[in-house]
Amino acid sequence: MREAVGAPLLVLFASYVGFGSLVRESRLSLPAGLLSTLMTWALPGQIVSVELYATGASLLTIFIAVALTNARMMPMTMTLLPLVRVPERARWRLYAASHLIAVTGWAVAMMRCPGMPPAQRLPYFVAFAATLLCGSLLGTAVGFVASGTVPPAVSLGLVFVNPVYFMLLFLGDLRDRARVLALVLGAGLAPAMHMLAPSWGLLITGVVAGGLAFALTRRRRRV
Amino acid sequence: MSDPDLWGIVVVLAGAAATFLWRALGVTLSGRLRPDSPVIDLVGCIAYALLAALVARMILLPIGPLQATGLASRLVAAGVAVAVFFALRRNLVAGVVAGGGALALLASATAVP
Repeated sequence: MREAVGAPLLVLFASYVGFGSLVRESRLSLPAGLLSTLMTWALPGQIVSVELYATGASLLTIFIAVALTNARMMPMTMTLLPLVRVPERARWRLYAASHLIAVTGWAVAMMRCPGMPPAQRLPYFVAFAATLLCGSLLGTAVGFVASGTVPPAVSLGLVFVNPVYFMLLFLGDLRDRARVLALVLGAGLAPAMHMLAPSWGLLITGVVAGGLAFALTRRRRRV
Repeated sequence: MSDPDLWGIVVVLAGAAATFLWRALGVTLSGRLRPDSPVIDLVGCIAYALLAALVARMILLPIGPLQATGLASRLVAAGVAVAVFFALRRNLVAGVVAGGGALALLASATAVP
C-alpha cells in the first residue's frame, strides 16, 4: 500500500488533473468524467472518447476507437493472471480484479508479485491498483473544478497536460522498432487525415499506420 | 439531466464497455493464447499509432479550447516539456508540469495585446 503513495500516484494524479480539465473544456459533466475514470480506468481510451465526443463522432466510431486504443489490456491481463491466480479461489474474482488492470499498477505487480507468497499477490495488486484509482478520481475532480476557477491561460495549460504526458511516455520508451514506426507514421498521417475526415480520421490513421508499421517490420524480420 | 449530459454518459459507458471487454477476454483466454502471438503485436502497433495520431493532432490541430493558443506556443511548450523531461533524468511529473506551465505562460503572454 505504501508503495502506491509515491511516484506512480503523483504521475497519475497529475495526468488525471489534465483529464479532468479536458472533460470540462469538452463540455462534459463532472459525473461523466468521474464515471469515465472509475469505469474505464485506462487514460488513453478515456482521452480518445472525450476528444471524439467533442468532434461529434458517432457512438460506433467512439466504441471502435476506444477498443483499439485500450486493446493492450488483453495481453496485460493474460500475463498478470498466471502470477496472481490461486486455483481454489472463485473465477469471478479474477474478472472483477481484471477491471483494475492498467499500465502503472500492472507494471508494479509484475515486478513485485513473483517475490510474494501466491495467496498474497491478488490482494496486493487489488489494494495497490485501488489506491491509484482513488488518486486518479481525485485528480479528475480537481482538474474539473480547477479548470472552471483558474484563469483561462492556466486551464489551457491543464488541458495541454494530456498530449504532453503521452508524448513523454513514448519518448521515454523507444525500444521496439515496430512501435517506433507506428508512432512516426501515426503522428505523420494524423493532421492530413483529420482534415479529410474529422471524426473518422483518428481511427483510420491508427489502423493504417499501425498495420503498415506491423507489416513493414515483420517483412524485415523475415529477410 | 439535459440531453448533452445524457449523451456524454452514454459515450463514457460505451468507452468503458470497449475497455472491459479486453480485460474479460484476457481472463478467459489466459492460458490458451500466447501473449506474444503476432495478433497481439498487430493490435499493439495500432494502439501506438492511434495514440501518436491523437497526440500529434492535439498539438498541431487541436479542437476545443486549445485552438485559442498559437501553433508556435504549443510547439515551444512541447519542446520545453521534452527538454525538462530529459534534463531531469526522465522525470515524467516535472516534464508534464513544465509543458503545461510553459503553455499557460505563453497563452497569457500572447493574450495581452
